[in-house]
Amino acid sequence: MLHATEVLGAETYDSLGNFVGRVKEMFIVPDEQPNRVSRLLLGRGRYRPLVARYDQIGSVAPGRVRLTTDESALDLYQPNEAWLAVRKDLLDQQIIDTNGRKVVRVNDVDLADQRTNGNTEMRITQVDVGLPGAVRRLLQGIVPPMAIRRVQERLPHRTIRWEFVNLIEPDPLRRVKLRLSSQKLAELHPADLADIMEELSPDERQSIIASLDEETAAETIAELDKRLQTQVVEKLDPERAADIIEEMSPDAAADLIQNLEPDTSKEVLDEMEHSEAREVTELMRFGENTAGGMMTTEFVVVGEDATRGEVVDYIRFHEVPPDQLDNIVLINRDAALAGTVPLARLLMADGEQRMAEITFEPLLSVKPDMRDKDVYELFDKYNLRSLTVVNEESQPIGSITVDDVVSRMRAKL
Amino acid sequence: MNTWVTLVDRFSRVAARGKEFGRRTRSVRRRLAVFMAVVGPGLITSNVDNDAGGIAVYTTSGAQFGYAMLWSLIPMTIALYVSEEMCARMGVVTGKGLSDLIREEFGFRSTFFVMIAAFLVDLSNTVAEFAGVAASMQIFGISKYVAVPLAAIAVWILVIRGSYRQVEKIFLVACGFYLSYAVSAFLAKPDWLFAAKQTVIPNVQMNAPYLLMLIGLVGTTIAPWQFFYLQAGFVEKRVGARQYKHARMDVLVGSISCMVIVFFIIVCCAATLHAHGMTNITDAGQAAGALIPLAGKWAGMLFAFGLLNASLFAASILPLSTAHVICEGLGFEAGLDRKLKEAPTFYLLYTLLIVVGAGIILIPKAPLLKILVLSQVANGIWLPVVLIFILLLINRRDLMGEHTNSWSFNIVAWAMSIIMIILTLVLVYVAIFEPSAAGLSGALVHPFHRLHPLVAIRQDFHHVFSII
Repeated sequence: MLHATEVLGAETYDSLGNFVGRVKEMFIVPDEQPNRVSRLLLGRGRYRPLVARYDQIGSVAPGRVRLTTDESALDLYQPNEAWLAVRKDLLDQQIIDTNGRKVVRVNDVDLADQRTNGNTEMRITQVDVGLPGAVRRLLQGIVPPMAIRRVQERLPHRTIRWEFVNLIEPDPLRRVKLRLSSQKLAELHPADLADIMEELSPDERQSIIASLDEETAAETIAELDKRLQTQVVEKLDPERAADIIEEMSPDAAADLIQNLEPDTSKEVLDEMEHSEAREVTELMRFGENTAGGMMTTEFVVVGEDATRGEVVDYIRFHEVPPDQLDNIVLINRDAALAGTVPLARLLMADGEQRMAEITFEPLLSVKPDMRDKDVYELFDKYNLRSLTVVNEESQPIGSITVDDVVSRMRAKL
Repeated sequence: MNTWVTLVDRFSRVAARGKEFGRRTRSVRRRLAVFMAVVGPGLITSNVDNDAGGIAVYTTSGAQFGYAMLWSLIPMTIALYVSEEMCARMGVVTGKGLSDLIREEFGFRSTFFVMIAAFLVDLSNTVAEFAGVAASMQIFGISKYVAVPLAAIAVWILVIRGSYRQVEKIFLVACGFYLSYAVSAFLAKPDWLFAAKQTVIPNVQMNAPYLLMLIGLVGTTIAPWQFFYLQAGFVEKRVGARQYKHARMDVLVGSISCMVIVFFIIVCCAATLHAHGMTNITDAGQAAGALIPLAGKWAGMLFAFGLLNASLFAASILPLSTAHVICEGLGFEAGLDRKLKEAPTFYLLYTLLIVVGAGIILIPKAPLLKILVLSQVANGIWLPVVLIFILLLINRRDLMGEHTNSWSFNIVAWAMSIIMIILTLVLVYVAIFEPSAAGLSGALVHPFHRLHPLVAIRQDFHHVFSII
């Protein structure tokens, strides 16, 4: 096994044994192979640097590279955006460890060297984010490589396999050229992804959001802290912002839009679908610290005379998302609140039982202007999972769920 | 009955007016809220500059030269603002801390040595802060063997238990306590008109003690570690480019308020100690004690309270900032919002700094002089390095885009940095080649004793020890 630190700066000799130059940079060409060191940049002082291709590399040892060809066979170096530079793009930079779900800084890159028909191929196996890499960086060139290796064997290792490494490249064009995929990121839980984004710089955050599909982006933005939410959304163009916000639950969307700059929020609302925009503006009327400001308008309402079987069919037919199913709200003929049925009770009931028979006692509801503190108290007292908000005619207009209560209370701590 | 009705009526009218006022000021309040969300790092950083070491120097300057050095405060405010503004801008634009940027742009080895320097210099400064705690508590009649451990534990718990936002709020309150110096100054009844004149009109005296004291003033005002803290503060508060003008205002207000406090400290000492010929005062603790007979018990007590506040304040921020910077640069997880298990190195470093910093004060015969002089040398060498890093980074177009320095700002910044570098190098030279041991010509050693914040504090120990 080799390390990038040992190869960078190595003296390079051609097949005739003449000194060519020192290794200044190692390139991966993602178009050819995702993990092979495909080019070596050889610096020659005041002469133009040369490039050695992977099939021109004969042998590699710490501090010494031998080529299979002579110097005249090497190409002159032309900068190429589509090449991933190990020293510039990887060493000392932050990357996302998609397996450990966090942002880490690269100390060194570990390479596997394989001899194949007369030349040596180096492949990146993992990046070193622990002490051994740090020690190597510090001592390289001062202490003989073998002594460094002896020291680092005793140190605790922290490495990340190359397939779990996600490079953070803020420039979207270069992302495409480097074939960086965000598939691994999209597979993370939105809350983890949000944590990762909080570690990054604004440009990097933007590039991550840009690479996600709208649904994942919406879920991730909803998990960010308030200030970051607005920063991220304000930098998107209004059309994309509107598409993402439409994917969010109306209460989260209303909170977010309320915090945007007045101009931006208007632009975003204009870009949103009419019905969604109206729903959101309705919610924005309520004060932030009231029941109305906490509620979502997405919840399941059925008539109190419906049977359990009918309700289950309804839910299946409309594919209601599970997060809206904690409680089912019942209404009477005047569309006024008649009760709520917790999911657990629905589960236990017979198919023929009427919803009105299995409601939660006592019948609880709050007005949209109730203070948030009083809402928390109700949740605590009755061990609620959700609570219905009603208007003056006691018709249900929204529902507050326990997850919103928890995150709001935590924000106040 | 009638009165009751009128009273209720009047009350409701007042209430209505209040509501009306609330409605009319909503946009103002909104803007204020936005500003308050950004404010903090600049104000805190600049005020922490007035730490125990700083106060020792200001006190000595006031006692020895009276109002004569007040003029240097205005150029120093500018220098402070110019250097801090660059870090604020870098933090806001790149969203990365200074040590992050040094690591990414200058590689591991440079970062490592910067971090080692940071650790040593900040450790010695932490020692000085705890010395300040000891000196001020002595005025209140509390032994350092009680005060210093208590202070260390209080500081440690505050930071370990709190989140960044809570801690910052406490720090902002601590900034307010600096006003105790203003009250002390008023109680000392100085000649305000003369003080104002001396602030505006430069009064340069060409003699060694005066010039050395001047260097001391500049040296303690711009400390290298503060740039890291400031930038990290804006990054951690997630101040975006849109709020940059608020961030700049925060830095400006911070620089000015810092210098206003320095003004009051110098004026207070000039009006009392200098006016009564007590020019041998060598540290802030002594000054507070000497103030009691001259300007009253309250002036002295407030002076000592100010020192205690400043020392505690800096003793909590310095280790915190240092641990943060080192972890960030070397790639360990850091931050108050992490749990102990998630960021062990961060908490280890933080604890180490406090334990060692407070511990050294408690060792009866530690080689304090050597440690402190060495650290001052390191500080002097470190500041130019940090300033140059900042100037190189801020002019990188790939990092800063359109927010690089303008050429006129660059001239000011480079000129200021070069002056700072020359001044600190002189200070380092003095520290190395004019050791305060006996056998040197009095003219140089004498002021050096007094001007040197850390050395001045060392004399505190002798003072304290002689009492114990």
